Amino acid sequence: MTDKTKITLTVNGTGHAIDVAPRKTLADALREDCGLTGTHLGCEHGVCGACTITVDGAPVRSCLMFAVQAEGADIRTVEGLANGPDLSPLQQFFIEEHALQCGFCTPGFLMLIDGTLKQSPDITDDELTEILSSNLCRCTGYRNIIRAARRALDHARTTTEPAA
Amino acid sequence: MKPAPFAYYRPTSLEDAAARLAEGVDDGAMILAGGQSLVPMMALRVAYPSELIDLNVLPDLGTPFIDGTALVVPALTRHASFHKADPAFGVTGRMMAEVVRHIAHYPIRQRGTFCGSLAHADPSSEWALTANVLGAELELLSTRGTRRVPIADWCDGAMSTTREPDEILVATHLPLLSETTRTGFCEISRRAGDFALGMALVAIEVQGDTITAARVGLGGIEDAPRRIAEAEAELIGQPATPDTFAKAADAAMAVVEAMGDATTPPEYRRDLAGTVIRRALAQAIA
Repeated sequence: MTDKTKITLTVNGTGHAIDVAPRKTLADALREDCGLTGTHLGCEHGVCGACTITVDGAPVRSCLMFAVQAEGADIRTVEGLANGPDLSPLQQFFIEEHALQCGFCTPGFLMLIDGTLKQSPDITDDELTEILSSNLCRCTGYRNIIRAARRALDHARTTTEPAA
Repeated sequence: MKPAPFAYYRPTSLEDAAARLAEGVDDGAMILAGGQSLVPMMALRVAYPSELIDLNVLPDLGTPFIDGTALVVPALTRHASFHKADPAFGVTGRMMAEVVRHIAHYPIRQRGTFCGSLAHADPSSEWALTANVLGAELELLSTRGTRRVPIADWCDGAMSTTREPDEILVATHLPLLSETTRTGFCEISRRAGDFALGMALVAIEVQGDTITAARVGLGGIEDAPRRIAEAEAELIGQPATPDTFAKAADAAMAVVEAMGDATTPPEYRRDLAGTVIRRALAQAIA
């Protein structure tokens, strides 16, 4: 059936009962049906990385999954990083290192880095830099994003708590 | 940039998926695995399946395993499964861990699948190149039963394979390399994670200073990756030196039918074929 079906998405630990057609991407469902507009859409075909979120711990492009595929999965978006008014260490590092200017790509970068460090806290600086090539940023020239990400990696190595 | 409407089906088994595909294929039903090529094509309205049969709901199709002397890669093994070389996969696993870093980007590799890459058959597929060098067999399932296709009979030009429309690629069988094999890989692309303009994957055996066995695979240059027998012939029985590698590269450049596009003329790709073969061979003996 191409008609809408009822599904429940679990986003940042909260259930969202929504009604979506199969063709609705997870990114669009998050923004339009769950009201979580922190996830941005740039290219809508997997190239820019602005829509990166984590699904069951893996950083993925939410424009390349359909919402119906994500039922039952643990979905994490940028809205889930901060604890109330307290930013996560990674978010704080982004501010301190001036790792954003216009901010459009920022949610995707934050989730890419957060997901990667939780998945592989033992990666090297060089591997992390390579992973940052996954997403496009047209403002910063990447140097500041790399600095913020490396501070998050150092933080992950030196604390028992998750980096972000 | 929104996919056209389609129906969505959750199969209960691979057999159920094959039955559903047989039923709907004439109307445009398709298999959905990782979706990292299919979904962009749907967004661009290059693909508009009537129904997607989602293999992701099926259990136990994700983990590659050893069967005798082959590495078996089931339908849902993600690219990311090969990020860390499994010691049980030996030289083959280490080679694949090197190759996988060149496939798209990290988040794409979390979803995209090995078998999906072979089914999609992009000329610059790193896994199609790997399958050629390893001499893979592809296991296909339909309501008519299963059959195996050697990789040499698989690619049928760019983005085209000899798969029948109602068949599902359920596993790829990769014969393991011997533990004395030395491998090298070189890929050139315009940007990190972009499609390969040219790439070479080589596997050679060296005894003393002499090359005793050689496989030279080339991808991204022609309309499908393949081994280049003329280059391999220049290596066998010869010393493993830059001179020998240059002769192998020249032999490949003489026979390839290089693709051209708006920004990359065939002459450029032909030249690149030589470069990536020389570099991959140098890496193999480094």
